[in-house]
Amino acid sequence: MMKKLLKGDGIYSFAASLIAILLGVLVGAVVLFVANPAQALNGLKSLFIGGFVDMKNVGQTLYYATPIIMTGLSVGFANKCGLFNIGGSGQFIVGAYAAVLVGVKCTFLPTGLHCAAALLAAVLAGALWGLLPGVLKALCNVNEVISCIMMNYIGMSMVNLLVRKTVFDQLKNQSKMPAASAILPKMGFDKIFVAGKATSSANAGIIIAIVAGIIMWVVLSKTKFGYELKACGYNRDAAKYAGINEKRSIIMSMVIAGALAGLGGALMYLAGAGKGIHVVDTLAAEGFTGIPVALLGMSNPIGIIFAGLFMAHLTMGGFNMQIYGFVPQVIDIITSVIIYFSAFALFFQLVLRKKFNKGADDNANAEKALSAEAQALPEVLPENQGKGGEI
Amino acid sequence: MEAVEYIIEMCNITKEFPGIIANDNVTLQLKKGEIHALLGENGAGKSTLMSVLFGMYQPEKGVIRKNGQEVQINDPNDANRLGIGMVHQHFKLVHNFTVLENIILGVETTQKGFLKMDAARDKVVALSHKYNLSVDPDALISDITVGMQQRVEILKMLYRDNEILIFDEPTAVLTPQEIAELMKIMRSLADEGKSILFITHKLNEIKEVASRCTVLRKGKYIGTVDVAATSKEEMSEMMVGRKVNLKVDKAEPKIGDVIFEADHICVNSKTSQKHLVKDITLNVRAGEIVCIAGIDGNGQTELVQTLTGLIKPDAGTIKLNGADITHSSIRKRNTSGLGHIPEDRHKHGLVLDYPLAYNLVLQSYFEPRFCRGQFLKYDEIFKYADTLIEKYDIRSGQGAKTFARSMSGGNQQKAIVAREIDRDPSLLIAVQPTRGLDVGAIEYIHKKLVEERDLGKGILLVSLELDEVMNLSDRILVIYEGEIVAELNPSEVTIQELGLYMAGSKRNKEKEA
Ligand SMILES: Nc1ncnc2c1ncn2[C@@H]1O[C@H](COP(=O)(O)OP(=O)(O)OP(=O)(O)O)[C@@H](O)[C@H]1O
Ligand SMILES: [Mg+2]
Repeated sequence: MMKKLLKGDGIYSFAASLIAILLGVLVGAVVLFVANPAQALNGLKSLFIGGFVDMKNVGQTLYYATPIIMTGLSVGFANKCGLFNIGGSGQFIVGAYAAVLVGVKCTFLPTGLHCAAALLAAVLAGALWGLLPGVLKALCNVNEVISCIMMNYIGMSMVNLLVRKTVFDQLKNQSKMPAASAILPKMGFDKIFVAGKATSSANAGIIIAIVAGIIMWVVLSKTKFGYELKACGYNRDAAKYAGINEKRSIIMSMVIAGALAGLGGALMYLAGAGKGIHVVDTLAAEGFTGIPVALLGMSNPIGIIFAGLFMAHLTMGGFNMQIYGFVPQVIDIITSVIIYFSAFALFFQLVLRKKFNKGADDNANAEKALSAEAQALPEVLPENQGKGGEI
Repeated sequence: MEAVEYIIEMCNITKEFPGIIANDNVTLQLKKGEIHALLGENGAGKSTLMSVLFGMYQPEKGVIRKNGQEVQINDPNDANRLGIGMVHQHFKLVHNFTVLENIILGVETTQKGFLKMDAARDKVVALSHKYNLSVDPDALISDITVGMQQRVEILKMLYRDNEILIFDEPTAVLTPQEIAELMKIMRSLADEGKSILFITHKLNEIKEVASRCTVLRKGKYIGTVDVAATSKEEMSEMMVGRKVNLKVDKAEPKIGDVIFEADHICVNSKTSQKHLVKDITLNVRAGEIVCIAGIDGNGQTELVQTLTGLIKPDAGTIKLNGADITHSSIRKRNTSGLGHIPEDRHKHGLVLDYPLAYNLVLQSYFEPRFCRGQFLKYDEIFKYADTLIEKYDIRSGQGAKTFARSMSGGNQQKAIVAREIDRDPSLLIAVQPTRGLDVGAIEYIHKKLVEERDLGKGILLVSLELDEVMNLSDRILVIYEGEIVAELNPSEVTIQELGLYMAGSKRNKEKEA
């Protein structure tokens, strides 16, 4: 019964996301024609092809998808409890630092264990970064958006400081590379995703991200804990009335959201792609990219996995567009436009449902659609599932 | 051409929802200047029919005519242009806006991009004065009573110069005093020449103000009757399809031991020095229905929230089955035998975006029968939901998987009542348990409550409805300004007397030193 229900709903979500993407690409095409009419078609082609140039590029897509799937899951998870985790950036970077620290320092650990320990450290660090806003929200009713933003800056500055103090590579002005024993296993991806001599950075990270997504789906839709969490997200007063410890649910959902983002940080910096934590005063972009990923994936874990892959696909397409002389800014504009339209995915979903399911939504739904643009993100997200019926 | 006698005609309207035909070939004719009642069981399709008229739903079949002209109503704006206004079953006001802002919302007049508030204010004040609504245009919606909020909704329609006014169960949320005033307002509106469609489950109200009444049953049109010529019994039979017993049959109570005790409970106001609940001491024994009667806003809400654990008392102790539960969590109270039918079904009672089945296990999903380890047993939950749906006749489009949001108001209430009674609590705190229910459902719920009583359960009923209080209770406690001012025996007191106690002009319990 539940499966059928999910399916009926899923069709609309999927179609809506698709429409969002198509509209985004359409506007993107206009931008391309304005920027460089001669190469616009070629550019557009690259964008579509994305990573599907060769196997190496496909591997790179998986590599880029990994961290943003994790931060997307993080945002999506908090959302189920009615919270807006904008602190993914801070959680991501402290997770990354913890992983790198363990990776560099704890060389006494045997190979398998070393990597696991580094991942665990990241999870704990991220969880801690989610815990604080969660506690503040649950006990003092401090808006999580504000405390999360502050935690982002605290995280960034602290990691900058600690990297310099503990694992600094003077030459490259970034963190040292973790020991080989801490690097994520390649799982044979280095044999599959190659083009000639060039291998991709694909590794076990993507598997971990997908597994995390599946676990999150199971937790949310099959367990008591998920039931409580969603009840809190939909109606906190009713959850309290039902004897659900809503404070605990809020804290737990922020902790888990933080842990997911923190793990994302580890998966990025333990990938063995030669990337270290730069000591710069900018917030980690992956944390913010998680927001549109969650939005495009309609907060559904499986949707988020695909949304993350899609965004990585665009990123790869963007890289390849540079061949045709497009500056990175133009590429950013196009991806942003698509992201922007993805925010309307909910709106398209409602329109679709109205068209094909006629009266299935009550007027409340229609009203929500109208105010969807005006509403803050956290209000928009939780509305998008569990409405109306199936065809 | 048809006679242009009717201001609005809805002819052969059919409206389907997934799994249900909410309106099946329904016809409704409204005369100019009349108050026309719409009667039907919970889920009969009354709100749906009115939403069709108000342009929120498009019917699959049927036509709407205004003054004999066929009209197309695609959305509420169209309805508004045709002079149709609606007060919804669940109000649609913006809570952090003022009364005035709410009223002009959507029809703001602007001058150089700025709102022209003064003209609007004058009009609102004039209207409020004319119909004796005494609404303060600058009050925040969140600060005014439900009765006042309703008047704001009425003003909204008047401000838009609507001449066809739809009231969807306006009285379900009002106190008897407010109802009397609303009836007066409706009558004066009708005298002005406005035409009114009025949905209610209370036959008394129909008798009082309506001239004609259209009856629906399970989406079908049953008939339209002249109210003066039809008895209440006949009307209820038309709508339910069988005879309804409007009186409660109950035997003498067999009273047992004390189940529940509240001792010297005090709740202080957060914003002022006032006590919301002043030193209340009460108990409920096995096998009795104790009723807390009072005018709304005299501390009932706070008292119940304290007893059920939603808020903490500032002083006092609470005991259930001998155990002190003053500081117990809500979960602990629920599992040790406390049931609670909450006052506000949308705020506390339901998770509207959960399917009905999930809502029916809101306090029991963690029990071994519904979960294995950390995992929920969906099959069991849905099976259980189906039995409750069957037993309590909860009607909805798609059964257990219907989202609570799309259920009719009365069926939402039935779901809550079913859940709470079926948990088999030793003490059931029922606040307005029959709010918004049709007479058939009220009869059934009252029967169930009496049955529970006879099984040796204790019931603490909080009701604003004097008929319910008199019919159901074995003992009445009158609450006034946060105090219990009288303890009465329903067989020895008249409704008039009870009213005096409730108004605070009489008391038989002196404050304990
Ligand atoms: N938006 C919707 N989506 C699906 N089904 C709906 C929707 N609105 C109403 N229904 C279904 O249509 C039927 C009629 O509902 P309606 O709200 O019109 O009943 P009602 O007569 O107003 O009842 P009540 O007295 O309980 O308010 C119900 O079975 C309800 O479940
Ligand atoms: Mg209704």
